[in-house]
Amino acid sequence: MEIELSKVAVSSAHGEDSPYFAGWKAYDENPYDEVHNPSGIIQMGLAENQVSFDMVEEYLEEHSEQALLGKKNKRSSFRENALFQDYHGLLSFRKAMASFMEQIRGGKAKFNPERIVLTAGVTAANELLTFILTNPGDALLVPTPYYPGLDRDLRWRTGAKIIPIHCESSNGYQVTPKTMEVAYQNAQSMNMKVRGVLITNPSNPLGVTIPRSTLEEIFNFVIQKNIHLVSDEIYSGSVFSSSDFVSIAEILVSKNYKEAERVHIVYSLSKDLGLPGFRVGTIYSYNDKVVTIARRMSSFSLISSQTQHLLACMLLDENFTEKYIRVNRERLLKRQQLMVNGLREYGIECLEGNACLFSWMNLSPFLEEPTMESELVLWNSIVNEVKLNISPGSSCHCVEPGWFRICFANMSEKTLEVALERIGDFILKRRANK
Amino acid sequence: MDILELDQVEPVVELSRIAVSSSHGEDSPYFAGWKAYDENPYDQFLNPSGVIQMGLAENQVSFDLVEDYLEKNSDTALFGNKASGFRENALFQDYHGLLSFRKAMATFMQQIRGGRVEFDPARIVLTAGATAANELLTFILANPGDALLVPTPYYPGFDRDLRWRTGINIVPIKTDSSNNFTITPEALQSAYDSAAASNFTVRGVLITNPSNPLGVAIEKTVLNEILDFVTKKNIHLISDEIYSGSVFSSSEFISVAEILKERNYKEKERVHIVYSLSKDLGLPGFRVGTIYSYNDKVVTTARRMSSFTLISSQTQHLLACMLSDKEFTENYIKTNRDRLRKRYDMIIDGLRKAGIECLEGNAGLFCWMNLGPYLNEPTKECELEIWKSIVSEVKLNISPGSSCHCSEPGWFRVCFANMTENTLEVALKRICDFMAKRVKKHNNHY
Repeated sequence: MEIELSKVAVSSAHGEDSPYFAGWKAYDENPYDEVHNPSGIIQMGLAENQVSFDMVEEYLEEHSEQALLGKKNKRSSFRENALFQDYHGLLSFRKAMASFMEQIRGGKAKFNPERIVLTAGVTAANELLTFILTNPGDALLVPTPYYPGLDRDLRWRTGAKIIPIHCESSNGYQVTPKTMEVAYQNAQSMNMKVRGVLITNPSNPLGVTIPRSTLEEIFNFVIQKNIHLVSDEIYSGSVFSSSDFVSIAEILVSKNYKEAERVHIVYSLSKDLGLPGFRVGTIYSYNDKVVTIARRMSSFSLISSQTQHLLACMLLDENFTEKYIRVNRERLLKRQQLMVNGLREYGIECLEGNACLFSWMNLSPFLEEPTMESELVLWNSIVNEVKLNISPGSSCHCVEPGWFRICFANMSEKTLEVALERIGDFILKRRANK
Repeated sequence: MDILELDQVEPVVELSRIAVSSSHGEDSPYFAGWKAYDENPYDQFLNPSGVIQMGLAENQVSFDLVEDYLEKNSDTALFGNKASGFRENALFQDYHGLLSFRKAMATFMQQIRGGRVEFDPARIVLTAGATAANELLTFILANPGDALLVPTPYYPGFDRDLRWRTGINIVPIKTDSSNNFTITPEALQSAYDSAAASNFTVRGVLITNPSNPLGVAIEKTVLNEILDFVTKKNIHLISDEIYSGSVFSSSEFISVAEILKERNYKEKERVHIVYSLSKDLGLPGFRVGTIYSYNDKVVTTARRMSSFTLISSQTQHLLACMLSDKEFTENYIKTNRDRLRKRYDMIIDGLRKAGIECLEGNAGLFCWMNLGPYLNEPTKECELEIWKSIVSEVKLNISPGSSCHCSEPGWFRVCFANMTENTLEVALKRICDFMAKRVKKHNNHY
């Protein structure tokens, strides 16, 4: 029997038919394991941070009682915690998040715990903001290439549309006033009301921070059009050199918070702290109404109080956070260099990146033709022959074919070296065939 | 400039219709009473004249059992195999959820139903609470503008959960005290016709079994009639069984799952069960909800959609350990039932002594109290008047029936499991005094 489901249910906006996920399936069916399956597929399509876990584990070992059960009167604090379902979230945890976000920005911006709204991950935060800022059919402008998950997160249940701000390698993929205006006009020509611009800074999949001047241009643009600006800063703690990162919060400080109520920052602990399973996301909005509404809406997506408590303890420990932020940056830089240099040996260049858990690799010289189809053909061989799952630029809506996002932080150094060797063999074989 | 206080003049930048709508429900008296409590909360020692919270359906009577378990099993429950167990767990964000946890939930749900039905862990979709589960199902089963039929009185939160972001309409299936608030085929049809008259496409019926706010398990004959109805209309049936573990006597709860089995029902794809650990286990802060659907497409889609509302893997792990422990669960389920019944008897008795009757209940964390005889007029306004005095003079926060969309004025939901026995006694005494004063006042008019 066939009983009807909703339009949202049968739509393909969940995005799982994209190649982004096809590669994952291939990996799931034949996953690499150093010992048990050394010829399996190496997962390089998952932006996860595994390079700094030991520091978290160390912290927990030393503080397990307090962090995991609550201090002193264990029983009553467990009970209190298990009963706590207030959508404001634990005050201690909001303070911890605000403080951590400040530390990541080297104290160049301050965050008020009262403006922190908690959600189960950034996936929820981005969708929630979209529900609040757009009506069905309205548009958000998003620079390409962008994280494939945004297609689902911003559009699936909300009915909002994404209009791309197309960026190209010719200027390092910078957003410009011109390209923003083109996107805006594009939306208008389709009778879509533009409600805001959503940027990811540092960028996924590019692995680059947005320069201050570009941020200012984007901010001026949203003021001029009287729309919102959402800045997803989920990778802010993964910028290799702290001075490279400029948060939109700093731009607001420099403008004395004028026009701040159109700005909303999204953050999460999934990338910087490597805790995606714990579902910790936040919306930091400079708009009082948005804070109130987002808080109410977060009822659909609250963070487990057990997890809030654990992380409040950990993130309020400045000894831990100072060391973690610093060491994490160093290790990520080291990994990135390992990969970029390794690729360079085989004649493969990457966009010069200064952040994140992946590089933006240029394989366009190896395409049969400069088309998306050729890109997917090449990608298919990489997944099936080279046995590496990487993400094709087309799944990120990149207008230039031949670019791929390749992750380096979700594996051991050894596995990364195996991956690089395989790429080397592949390139050499191709050259020989030619 | 101090960013703690931005000088926020009415901002010019627009928000969505959903954002400015009042479907978040917080303007209802259901929440006004909460505010009164927040401003002056009762504390046995520090504020003995404060407002006692009787509007919060929380289960605090069996916590010691959970605490005992954790004390004995802190290593496994909280960490797994120390270092690597934690890492693996913290990285786990698969929307299928931990298999061990899904198995544990399926088993727990089976035990609650006395093993009379089985649940397949592969049909369990995890969400951060039943709040998320109900909304998610609504997104999947209905389009904006469509309708779900919901028996009144119902949990006030449904107005937000089912309607706010989804854009659907709730059309009430009206019940009243003439037959103990039982759902009838006539009421079902009447609701359906009402929806049709407003040009709403009806997509399903959502029942809460046992009922919130009534505190009664739905009878077998009624469940069969509801199933007949949704079959005839070819619509969905959502059964929110969040209080299933709080039925005082295990034999009195019949899950829709049992009906499906007994009838060898062939169209199971229209049936979906919602459950959570917030009420039975008293862990609302942990955000543990589930959708159990007999419809493969719904399971797949719900699973994908649960990305917006996953349960912390840390919490999944802890609860997988606890709920896989049969000794713990059996003892918990049994003891919890007994203690809830004891509390229920205590409040019914106490209210009766004050001259107040309640609907005969057999489940839940609350009773459905009848102050109808004490209203000046049988109107919603009078109900709210008496409610205001109860909140401000008697200093008890209880939930007025009108906030539950009850068609008969004068009924109130009174919670009894979110406090100590001591506090419950204090509350009952206050009610007794209040009623005595009223009778006196009434008598003095003659």
